[in-house]
Amino acid sequence: MGSMATFPQRFDDWFARRGWNLHPHQRDMMEQADAPALLLIAPTGGGKTLAGFLPTLAELADGGHAGLHTLYVSPLKALATDIRRNLTAPVEEMGLPIRIEDRTGDTSYTQKRRQRADPPHILLTTPESLALMLSYEDAPRIFAGLSRIVVDEIHALAESKRGDQLMLALSRLQALVPDLRRVGLSATVEDPAAIAAFLARHPDPAHILYADPGPDPDISMLEAAAPPPWAGGGGRYAMPEVLEQVRAHKTTLIFHNTRAQAEIFFHELWLQNENALPIGIHHGSLSREQRARTEAAMVNGDLRAIVCTGSLDLGIDWGDVDLVIQVGAPKNVKRLVQRIGRANHRYNAPSKALLVPANRFEVVECVAALEAVKARDLDGDPRGPGPRDVLCQHILIRAASGPFDAGELYDEIRTAGGYAALTRAQFDACLDFVATGGYALRGYDQWQRLMERDGAWQLRDPRGALRIRQNIGTIMDTDLVKVRLRHRRGGTPLGEVEEGFAATLTPGDTFLIGGEIVRYEGLREMVVEVTRRPEKPPKIATFMGTKFATSTQLSHRILRMFRQPDWPGLPPATREWLHLQRRASHLPEADRILVESFPFLGRAHTCIYGFAGRNAMQTLGLLVTARMEAQGLNPLGFVSTDYATLIWGLEPVEDPAPLFDGDNLRAAFETWLAGNAVMKRTFKQSAVIAGLIDRQTRGQRKSGRQAAFSADILYDTLRKYDPDHLLLEITREEALRGLVDFGRIEEMLARTAGRIDHVVVDRPTPLAAPLFLEAGRVPVEGAGTEKLLADEADRLMEGAGLAITAEDARRWRQPF
Amino acid sequence: MNFCDFQLGDAALRLLPSGALWWQATGTLVVSDLHLMKSQRVARRSGQMLPPYETRDTLARLDADVLATRPRRVICLGDSFDDATARQGLGEAETLWISRMQAGREWIWIAGNHDPAPTDLGGTALDELELEGLTFRHIAEADARAEVSGHYHPKARITLKGRAISRPCCLYDSDRAILPAYGTYTGGLDWTSPVFERILKPGARAALIGRTPCALPVPRRQSA
Repeated sequence: MGSMATFPQRFDDWFARRGWNLHPHQRDMMEQADAPALLLIAPTGGGKTLAGFLPTLAELADGGHAGLHTLYVSPLKALATDIRRNLTAPVEEMGLPIRIEDRTGDTSYTQKRRQRADPPHILLTTPESLALMLSYEDAPRIFAGLSRIVVDEIHALAESKRGDQLMLALSRLQALVPDLRRVGLSATVEDPAAIAAFLARHPDPAHILYADPGPDPDISMLEAAAPPPWAGGGGRYAMPEVLEQVRAHKTTLIFHNTRAQAEIFFHELWLQNENALPIGIHHGSLSREQRARTEAAMVNGDLRAIVCTGSLDLGIDWGDVDLVIQVGAPKNVKRLVQRIGRANHRYNAPSKALLVPANRFEVVECVAALEAVKARDLDGDPRGPGPRDVLCQHILIRAASGPFDAGELYDEIRTAGGYAALTRAQFDACLDFVATGGYALRGYDQWQRLMERDGAWQLRDPRGALRIRQNIGTIMDTDLVKVRLRHRRGGTPLGEVEEGFAATLTPGDTFLIGGEIVRYEGLREMVVEVTRRPEKPPKIATFMGTKFATSTQLSHRILRMFRQPDWPGLPPATREWLHLQRRASHLPEADRILVESFPFLGRAHTCIYGFAGRNAMQTLGLLVTARMEAQGLNPLGFVSTDYATLIWGLEPVEDPAPLFDGDNLRAAFETWLAGNAVMKRTFKQSAVIAGLIDRQTRGQRKSGRQAAFSADILYDTLRKYDPDHLLLEITREEALRGLVDFGRIEEMLARTAGRIDHVVVDRPTPLAAPLFLEAGRVPVEGAGTEKLLADEADRLMEGAGLAITAEDARRWRQPF
Repeated sequence: MNFCDFQLGDAALRLLPSGALWWQATGTLVVSDLHLMKSQRVARRSGQMLPPYETRDTLARLDADVLATRPRRVICLGDSFDDATARQGLGEAETLWISRMQAGREWIWIAGNHDPAPTDLGGTALDELELEGLTFRHIAEADARAEVSGHYHPKARITLKGRAISRPCCLYDSDRAILPAYGTYTGGLDWTSPVFERILKPGARAALIGRTPCALPVPRRQSA
């Protein structure tokens, strides 16, 4: 089955009619169609998807297959819909007896029911929809004939919990249909073997096929008349040159690292866009309607440029892109290479890309990234073991589909690469957690969620399956609120902002969304209502979304550059700046921590060069200031970038060594975990994924129903009464990566091994100076919040004519 | 430590940082909406297995308030248990703990909407109580005077220089006080809810619980 010998004649005829030639890797995919696991690594535009589907079309051509044959899973709903369109054309033109349907969260209820009763030959779906299908009692029947599964954009899925969930789903599918063949389609990655191991049934090997990577990209730094600023992001200084490039090309994608920066840039771009070039904006916080409009305009070739974020990293071939501009340091070489690939989707034509460093330090980072691209030296952190909150959800999904044997499920789960090393004890802890809560105090014996009856685990109350299904998935989007134009009959949706940001708005405030300045009018049924009457300069929406940290590999490359005696490759301003730093202090080195202390504006300042990436440097700032507070140094605040943390306070640091003592830092980390907001957020996400608390649906929020249980209170209660609980263990594991990123602090401590250089000078050093201009200063929390609250109360009472009398004030301060 | 004091009728009342109300003149400690055994009810009804420590935590906080104020009388203002079945699930240790707190003082269970007042736990079960000019009941009634109630779990939300703070609070005007929920696992109803606008007079205040006691004017919704 599936070999070239059975490749039907009408395919060749159809290719000939179309004037198509199969790419070598597409032929290879046909020839190896019988492999149990096959990974194709191909650059964008390499006809990856067709390569993935050709064996399916060939096998289904004779009309002899009944039921589902191929599942296609992609991270994007839009991709599933798009592929259905693209596949339907050849199938119809060749007259193949193949039914193709997609199934996502947007598919209607009737359609979904029908798909369960009578599955199509090819079903295009997402990891979440697949997990949902597996939770049904009739899953074995739905998937009975399944022969192939194609996982698209597997490199992107492998970086998130969605990928872990998908691989657990595959372990279940493979148990239902043992002969299932797995196919992964990936962009260029640093470690194909890791992706292959992720894809294959453990311990099976996966075959890896490489498409011709094509010619080297044509990539350089954009030369601008104005030098980049000392600090900050956004790249506004290069606006005229960017516009010139847009004019000189057909379609330009202008990538930004954050949505907020994309908004500001887009706004500024239009202010300077004298020729009124059609330029659009696209990012994940915009409403679906708005994004769809931009996408349609782009496919039609109506746009000359699109200002965008990672939302365009994946997906459909967007028209005739012939230039990619990356504004701000790329942070990560692999992502840069994938972004560059968005330009020129024609196979075997070089992609053209320009980098716009947003500040002078980023010039260094961009040069390092250019060298890495030329050397094809991609970065990436090795995947840790599969997260156990996802495993807990998988066990619940398994229970929803019917009774199971714990030993069989354990064996099945370990066929997913991320869980291959899972011990039976760890598995049992997860099973115990979903069954009983896993608490030291057994309070619930009669009400537990799962029970073991006659050796099989099952739901105590079968009605619980509905709740499990409603909570499937690992994506967290519950902290966003919609933004709409105020209108009598529900206005145009514009997008979403973080609930926390919405809470800071008062009527009359303005912010940027979708490139326009809007005025906040009020919050109604959890929808932010705005009008288009800008009266003030905009506040900037603090959009959610990952703030990427510079990768470990790129940081090391920068540190290697610092060892050079001179930097002829750098622009003069940046080169001179590094020489100045070397004269005034040192340049940071990879195996030592450089610490500089100096007075400035009446405060003692200390700058730490850790090169651990933004998230870890922020965590380091929190930990070091906590230690300084304990030493009585009265720190007042700090600010972090990808490479350094600048701390200011009342007393100068005399000896930094104790601040970095590894055991001290780790102890401080444990203590600090207690009350930290980032930890609470991490806990909340794991608690939802693991099924401890319900996901809040949009409907509930709209009806104003409050979360019944505050995750913060559950977290505090667990810490107090059950500190060794599984969910706290999971939260600590998660904290090592992600926003807290303590793992990279460990990496920094390991590579510097206590070698600390303390330079005491009388003024800010050249390398530290830009940090004074950085946004995102963090006040050190002491009695700060309580003081703010008391002041605010006084102000509000006075404003309301309820001023506190001297009498009141005295009574308030009575000791108990 | 500081407290938030206010006047209701002739009574001088004090909101403690825990959310309990202390009426010094009569030696009365009032707590509302304990929702004991909530986690068990949730497990029974939805299958969610919340950490079963909230009963212990709520009783520990009540114990601390009792120790600090040494009240002659404790009033539990309704919804003391999450429902009648939850009452049956109360363990021996917790039952003893409650008895110990009851020793040497008057203890009044007011009936709530979740639970009838428990009759088998010591103390007196009542629908409502009048005491020295104040009326204690679970749900506020229209046109009541000098009334102390609970039920709504009022919560204040306030923005401080870009930081949003949300805390349980006691809402009061010259006629009534609505106490925050005392139980550890209790959600809240936003203080700007139309419900409060109907019950409370303009100029009502909110006393926030927590380390810094403060009374704030209750915001009225802008007419949309």
